[in-house]
Amino acid sequence: MKTSKTRRYRLASSALVALTLATTAAACGGGDDDGTTADGVTTITVATFNEFGYEGLIDEWNAANDDIKIEQVKVGTWDDAKANLYTKLAAGSGLSDIEAIEGDAMPAILAEEGAFEDLTDDEVDGRWLPWVEEKTLNADGQMIGYATDIGPEGICYRSDLFEKAGLPTDREEVAGLMGTWDDYFALGEEFIKKVPDTAWYDSSGGLAQAMLNQVENPFETDDNTVEVENDELEAVWADVTGNIEKGLSTKLPQWSDDWTASFQNDGFATMACPGWMLGVVEGNAEGVKGWDIANVFPGGGGNWGGSFLTVPAQGENIEEAKEVAAWLTAPEQQVKAFAAKGTFPSQVEALESGEVTSATNAFFNDAPTGEILAERAQAVTVQPYKGPKYSDILQAFQAAVLRVDDGSQDAAQSWDQFLTDVEALG
Amino acid sequence: MSNSTTSRGGGTQTVSSPREGSPSASGPTGRAPRPEWRQRLTRLDVRLSPYLYISPFFLLFLVVGMFPLGYTAWVSVHDWSLIGGKGEFVGLDNFREVLGNPYFTKQLVNTISIFLLSSVPQIVIAVVLAALLDNQLRGRTLWRMSILLPFVVSPVAVAIIFGSLYGDRYGLINELLGYVGIDPIGWHTERWASHVAIATMVNWRWTGYNALICLAAMQAVPRELYEAAAIDGAGRVRQFVSITLPMIRPTMIFVVITSTIGGLQIFAEPRLFDETNARNGGSDRQFGTITMLIYDFGWQLRDLGRASATAWLLFVVICAFGIANFLLIRRIGALGGDR
Repeated sequence: MKTSKTRRYRLASSALVALTLATTAAACGGGDDDGTTADGVTTITVATFNEFGYEGLIDEWNAANDDIKIEQVKVGTWDDAKANLYTKLAAGSGLSDIEAIEGDAMPAILAEEGAFEDLTDDEVDGRWLPWVEEKTLNADGQMIGYATDIGPEGICYRSDLFEKAGLPTDREEVAGLMGTWDDYFALGEEFIKKVPDTAWYDSSGGLAQAMLNQVENPFETDDNTVEVENDELEAVWADVTGNIEKGLSTKLPQWSDDWTASFQNDGFATMACPGWMLGVVEGNAEGVKGWDIANVFPGGGGNWGGSFLTVPAQGENIEEAKEVAAWLTAPEQQVKAFAAKGTFPSQVEALESGEVTSATNAFFNDAPTGEILAERAQAVTVQPYKGPKYSDILQAFQAAVLRVDDGSQDAAQSWDQFLTDVEALG
Repeated sequence: MSNSTTSRGGGTQTVSSPREGSPSASGPTGRAPRPEWRQRLTRLDVRLSPYLYISPFFLLFLVVGMFPLGYTAWVSVHDWSLIGGKGEFVGLDNFREVLGNPYFTKQLVNTISIFLLSSVPQIVIAVVLAALLDNQLRGRTLWRMSILLPFVVSPVAVAIIFGSLYGDRYGLINELLGYVGIDPIGWHTERWASHVAIATMVNWRWTGYNALICLAAMQAVPRELYEAAAIDGAGRVRQFVSITLPMIRPTMIFVVITSTIGGLQIFAEPRLFDETNARNGGSDRQFGTITMLIYDFGWQLRDLGRASATAWLLFVVICAFGIANFLLIRRIGALGGDR
């Protein structure tokens, strides 16, 4: 008994020490969020996720400016950034001066009244493509975010596997073969007959996303009423799940280890390719020859992704933060970010700049990616309406697709569960 | 130092002397206030000081332990959004909603299943490992420290390594199974298989840790007992069952209770094992746990009321399992026959 008593005491005392350390550390951490130091230099923190391509730009700004310095706070994924964002919004403090928001989450952010600054400014008028700018306006017409990149989609494909299946390999010819989704799926069926061990596209989730991006009201009506039982969404569902049965899909969750590995194992022949995906493909398919990109997207254009810079109202240096956000998203800077990380610009002027339009990509068989993506951006005519619940419902929808994909449920069961899930969102 | 002990002894001395010295029990009040006052102080010192010494922990515990518990209960009876904060009082509606949610039942079963698959083998292996390490090995410290090595590796790294080992299509384990003619197992899609995969992750990390704690307890068992048993003709196994196990019972209780608490709160491993966008524990929550449900309610659906209600339900479940395990482990002694 004596030993257990001392053990308890030790446990208690070590817990106490740990606690003391934790509170001291927290106290220290809270000290410097004012952002202004004694010598009058204001530090503006910019929180980003994934790759924004801002490293070079920040060095450039810091070299040219003495009174305002930029400091980047990087996290790996939007999921992490989102968790941080919401907890600190709830706490009312602790956010960076500028917070980057992922595109699909933007509608929920727009609904948070008063939490973010109005960034409307004559100087940035007409800077963005109109459909991009529309996504940054809240119900009162205030501009809550400055758009960074966009994700115009083309089709990436493996020309070597196309050759094996007896299909054309030239990117112009390939583009001519997949003008509609029906063409695309028919071509896929032809392909898997010839090359049975390879799927037609990378994941049902990716396909679903691509198709959803062409539906005007996939989940919500324009007045934010949740309405998932609509013909268009049901048509997407029928297409996606039907193709799983036909064997067109890899049946792998997008971004999983198996999905990543399938790039090296001839797992699939085509995929929807937003601009930012090119870097992902190149990374995953290192050493694989034959990747190319066709200037086409079935069923018209499509945009997948794109982010926004916002200025949280809780910050201390709002004016400086606005200035920095405007600068980072200006056309000249976007061109440089595109060169650094391939984030495709959303600014009219940047899209016309020679550096962007003349860009080619050696990995994709020297395809003129700048020109192709610029044309794909112009082809975007429909943008899905995204209400505050969009990303929650999208998550449930993706899970539903996956349940059919991995065989845990059939399409009807999974759809029913999706409806229940949506209802539970409240 | 000696001063304090004498004064303490003197103190107790004086406590009794005036009582005996005073003529009657009713006693004249206020006649000799000074010794009375000092006596009282001394008595207070003896009685209260120990509580004062341990009070910082309990005060802190009240602030950082009890307060969140109570506050969570307060949140759980309200409509409470992550950003909007407190809404209406809804009574037990959140609890009703959570209990009626099919995912709650499913994820509770998952949690218990993963907990059993991890804790039971983990503790058995830990005790056996500890018994083996309790021998006079050459390079003892090296062996003992090396079993703690997995514990040093961050759970994130563990999840990444095991995640690729357990890849459904291109994973190493399925590849090896293929060589012996077993069909690939859907480690991320088949419910029970996913539990096994996650349990191996947990076991890999925690077995060594628990083994070291058991080993420390075994070291404290007097060696004479083993010598006496050996003279009586008891073999290794008999010694282990009849001496080691009963003697390390308090430690076993500690190990079992802590792994019950940890096991039922499992979060990092299944969440990192998950490769779907939602990270709720597989497409159909095949391996979603209760803490993941709390996270889903609180941080993805931004409904802290339901999250708090779930947290409280988990608290109750953990208490129930903790008590059950405590009663179970107390019986270990009965195996050995003493007490």
